[in-house]
Amino acid sequence: MDLFLQQVLNGLTLGGIYSLVALGLTLVYGILHVPNFAHGALYMAGAFVSFHLMSAWGFNYWLAMGGSALAVALLATLAERLVFHPLRNASGLHPMIAAIGVLLFLEAAAQAIWGADFHRMQTPYTGIVELGGVTAPVQRLMIVGAAFGLVVALHLFLTRTVTGSTIIAMAQNRDGASLVGIDANRVSMLTFAISGVLAAVAATLYAPINLVYPAMGHLVITKAFVIIILGGMGSVPGAIAGGLIIGFAESFGAFYISTDYKDIIAFALLVAILSLRPQGLFKGAHG
Amino acid sequence: MKYLTGKPGWMLLLALGLAFPFLAKNDYHLTVMSTAYIFAIATLGLNLITGYTGQYNLAHSGFMAVGAYTVGILTVDHQVPFWIAFALSGFTAAALGFFVGLVSLRLKGHYFSIFTLCVGYIMYLVIEKWESLTHGTVGIIGIPAPSAIGPIAFDTPRSLYYLVFFFLVLAVFVMGRIANSLLGRTFMAIRNGEALAEALGMPLMRNKLLAFMLSVFYAGLAGGLYAGFVRFLGPGVAGVEHSFDMTMYMLVGGLGTLLGPLLGALAVPWLTQYLQFLQEFRFIVFGPLLVALVIFLPHGIVGTWLGWRARRAAAAGPAPAPAARSAAAETTPTDAQPGASRA
Repeated sequence: MDLFLQQVLNGLTLGGIYSLVALGLTLVYGILHVPNFAHGALYMAGAFVSFHLMSAWGFNYWLAMGGSALAVALLATLAERLVFHPLRNASGLHPMIAAIGVLLFLEAAAQAIWGADFHRMQTPYTGIVELGGVTAPVQRLMIVGAAFGLVVALHLFLTRTVTGSTIIAMAQNRDGASLVGIDANRVSMLTFAISGVLAAVAATLYAPINLVYPAMGHLVITKAFVIIILGGMGSVPGAIAGGLIIGFAESFGAFYISTDYKDIIAFALLVAILSLRPQGLFKGAHG
Repeated sequence: MKYLTGKPGWMLLLALGLAFPFLAKNDYHLTVMSTAYIFAIATLGLNLITGYTGQYNLAHSGFMAVGAYTVGILTVDHQVPFWIAFALSGFTAAALGFFVGLVSLRLKGHYFSIFTLCVGYIMYLVIEKWESLTHGTVGIIGIPAPSAIGPIAFDTPRSLYYLVFFFLVLAVFVMGRIANSLLGRTFMAIRNGEALAEALGMPLMRNKLLAFMLSVFYAGLAGGLYAGFVRFLGPGVAGVEHSFDMTMYMLVGGLGTLLGPLLGALAVPWLTQYLQFLQEFRFIVFGPLLVALVIFLPHGIVGTWLGWRARRAAAAGPAPAPAARSAAAETTPTDAQPGASRA
């Protein structure tokens, strides 16, 4: 039973991180209809910026997270302006390839600046809490808390504020949104900035129990894609539910099936589900 | 300019390829060129499904790895002669492509690309983890070189170069025949508009599946050559970076043209050679280059040139010359017979 609860906690941790990354991806897809392959590179950049702020400039953990969120939001907005905006009317293939160009550039740049080595990120939260027989590292609990706090905050922002509603409106109907006076440029930039913030925060939360290296975004982004396909591309609730499904599938799969193959579980799940339901599990706004 | 198009142009390229070993200064250049040829074969395949048929397959390097591991596993672990293993490499990839295609081609556009990205990852992870079959991260060492055919032995870089060159010429020739046949026109019609193509009586799924299998057949064959040429295999062959590399070759040259992918696959590695100091960081240059190409030159070098020629021809004479891109739109309505592959 204890082991079971341990897996539940692992699942929640993974699920929280995956949800944050997938949310950024799905928001951008909803607005631009571009699968942003560079999103994983933003995640990687977030981890590196935090790492740099903490190790070289002596920032504390939360300040570094804020700084990294700001930097990656800027980076994402810049990518939107320089790359995706000029391609907004191009055919489906070209923005996808441009996103790959951004991904390759960011990875090579990170490698040039910080090297290809693995780095360990320090965290002030190294303690362990005993909760009814379950040993829970504080960092994991914090990930769960912070991730879900952020998800709720994002949900409130999207549904309760006018600015947030413009994003939803734009995702639902681009022409309609323009007709009622929503500035498409502003919404695009805002969406990219939000996706950058989410990626940076997710990376900074997760990095202390993982490692920081230039290719760290690969698996995360591929899994985020699996999640948004499962949840319906462009759907916000779908991204959260999908993130939790994959998180739980992986933590329980690693425990009950095989650690070696835990990374395949998400993909195998995708293959199985898409074979049966090509439109995804939940039909999203654009599913 | 007129003498460089059509048959004479291809003959010139052929002559250049044949003469290259005599112009190259050292064996290293021959090796670079041969490797470029191998990737050019795979890129031709990727261009068939992406450039001609409009489905961007990100698992292409995975299929190349399948071909390569077919040769590696059969020759090293089961002592199968190289040529038999090599002959199987393309078919193994195509057989796997049949099943992958069956599932993945039901998805459209972005979904297809993302799905194949995941399939590529599964292939990579399986190769890395299934140690009893693939030797895992250690890789397969000591793959035999292609054995001699009669009096021709493949033990020098020069003879290996000609071997690879032979297959490249064959690959280009066959691809040219496919592209100009009814089958190729069917693929392009599907790219230009699936609904229209279907309305004209072209079975979508059958044609897409055929294009996919042909495309990964090329990848598998290139993988088989790669195994015999490099003689060492690691899971890295399946890495998605190779698919990205091939995408770049294809895009630099021109999507959906015959010459484009070939040109890109040969030019980019040489450019990388001259940017030696950048080796590891080449994507700091190539990443933005890829973006700039997509924005400013979306049809690549060859595509842009063909478009320019078509516009000039249209301006010069009253008869409108069909441009490479719009040619497919004029396909005559017909019930294509995908079963009868002309390949």
